[in-house]
Amino acid sequence: MAELTQARAPSMSSAVARFDPLPVFIFAMFAAAPFLASTSGAEGYVLSLLTRVMIFGLAAMSLDLILGYGALVSFGHAAFFGIGAYTVGIMASHGVEDALIQVPVALAASAFFAAVTGAISLRTKGVYFIMITLAFAQMLYFLASSLAAYGGDDGLTLSTRSLVAGSDFLENDFALYGTTLACLLGAYMLSRSIVKSRFGRVLRGTKENTVRMEAIGFQPLPFQLTAYVISGMMAGLAGCLLANQAEFVSPAFMTWQRSGELIFMVVLGGLGSLHGAIIGAAVFLLLEEFLPEILHAASFFLNDELRSRLSENWQMVFGPILILIVLFARGGVLGFIRRGSHG
Amino acid sequence: MADSLLELRSLRKTYGALFVTDNVDLSVRPGELHAVIGPNGAGKTTLIHQISGLVRSDSGQVLFDGEDITHLPMHERVRRGLARSFQITSILPAFSALENVALAVQARSGSSFRFFGNAAREEALNDAAMECLNVVGIGSRARVPAGLLSHGEKRQLELAIGLATQPKLLLLDEPLAGTGHEESLRVVETLQSLKGRITIVLIEHDMDAVFSLADRVSVLVYGRVIATDKPERIRANEEVRAAYLGEEESL
Repeated sequence: MAELTQARAPSMSSAVARFDPLPVFIFAMFAAAPFLASTSGAEGYVLSLLTRVMIFGLAAMSLDLILGYGALVSFGHAAFFGIGAYTVGIMASHGVEDALIQVPVALAASAFFAAVTGAISLRTKGVYFIMITLAFAQMLYFLASSLAAYGGDDGLTLSTRSLVAGSDFLENDFALYGTTLACLLGAYMLSRSIVKSRFGRVLRGTKENTVRMEAIGFQPLPFQLTAYVISGMMAGLAGCLLANQAEFVSPAFMTWQRSGELIFMVVLGGLGSLHGAIIGAAVFLLLEEFLPEILHAASFFLNDELRSRLSENWQMVFGPILILIVLFARGGVLGFIRRGSHG
Repeated sequence: MADSLLELRSLRKTYGALFVTDNVDLSVRPGELHAVIGPNGAGKTTLIHQISGLVRSDSGQVLFDGEDITHLPMHERVRRGLARSFQITSILPAFSALENVALAVQARSGSSFRFFGNAAREEALNDAAMECLNVVGIGSRARVPAGLLSHGEKRQLELAIGLATQPKLLLLDEPLAGTGHEESLRVVETLQSLKGRITIVLIEHDMDAVFSLADRVSVLVYGRVIATDKPERIRANEEVRAAYLGEEESL
């Protein structure tokens, strides 16, 4: 462990000092994608896939803020997805369809849930923190499943996407895409600012050595709790977007598997970098989407029955691929890119 | 009250049947360098933990600057001017030496609930931190990640972090442990220069350092203070010789 930090420390400090072109590249790609999508012939499909990538990127990035910078392994982050999505769904079913009301309510609900559960779970450490965040998320999952008035297990279909100040421009896929991109960019810039700020420095210090931080006069809990609330609100925003993208809300949004996937995306992309989480979400969702076809194409030498079996059971390949990336590309995809650029 | 900055009254800590700190009374005067010595296992580090608030005391009182701080958490004690170093080096390895110290300065200057602005570029914090690094003599290593410093430099860095909290009293738990000869001279020199300006409680095994630095020495054996006196009289104290000094090295 000591060796690991020692070996990595210099490259980290130089990475901080230097301008990193990768986030600019990522956002430029997202900005350019709709123009390419319209030439692809399947623009609806491409747009909706990339919108999902950005939504999950936003949620994974919010998790990275506390996981990568605060070493808080929240195993219940999908709960905030659910809070955001259900706020949109429930309010819409009561005729409140404007995002200018829905989103602030969703953020407030997420903040409230984070403040209450955080104040309890942050008093525990390690495995206990993981389990207690999981328990809170499960509570919410079962609550949503039992809401018969809002679809229970089956979920809730939205009749329309949210209005914005009375206008229904989000019905246009390009507009939803642009709005999602703007949310992702805004959250990224806010997070980037937070990790560099005084607050972020205390959070990072607490991750490194809690006792040392107390010995210079900081009480870790208020900082960790604030970070948890900010993170929860960002994930709640992602939930609002997801409800609009899917035009559907269901308890499945907040299963523990979903929380696990978010952690996986963060680790896959590279912990503690913010944009790494976006890359992780992209790799995860794109692999999930295209792996069956890739497998089908790559197994041309097999007979037809085996080929179709293989692409049907693509998860058998998906799991090992993810494990291999995490095992061999230490620091995730981002670590891989960094090593490449250092020669 | 006025003649002691730190006062321990009947302080006690037990782990099961073991009295680690047994009815300790100790008074540290403002401005003095008070050394605490004792054989291994005498309970010196536990005593420091109790004074700094890392370990709860079972009974007794800790008075600091006239205030009862027995039940305050560590971070509150630090804010009242009671800083400490650790026997086992405790730093933030991925932060640069300068940032380690700047964070301690930040703790004392304004709110840390600021979400905008690059903390690493705050001149006021960095200048004050640089000053502390220069005092302990590792100013030239400011930009090096703390995890890459030599062991001795890490000890000096801990001292700088402690100083950056602007303490009235500094608790030093074996600042010379594991340092090389030159580094240890460097630390002794630093302590010499701090003496009189900051009250220091020093735990140390290096007897040359203790007897050259200390104004008064307390001897701790099996959790009890068996003597507190000027260094030369401690040297002559028969009970101390019997309990401790004779077995390790002759004076």
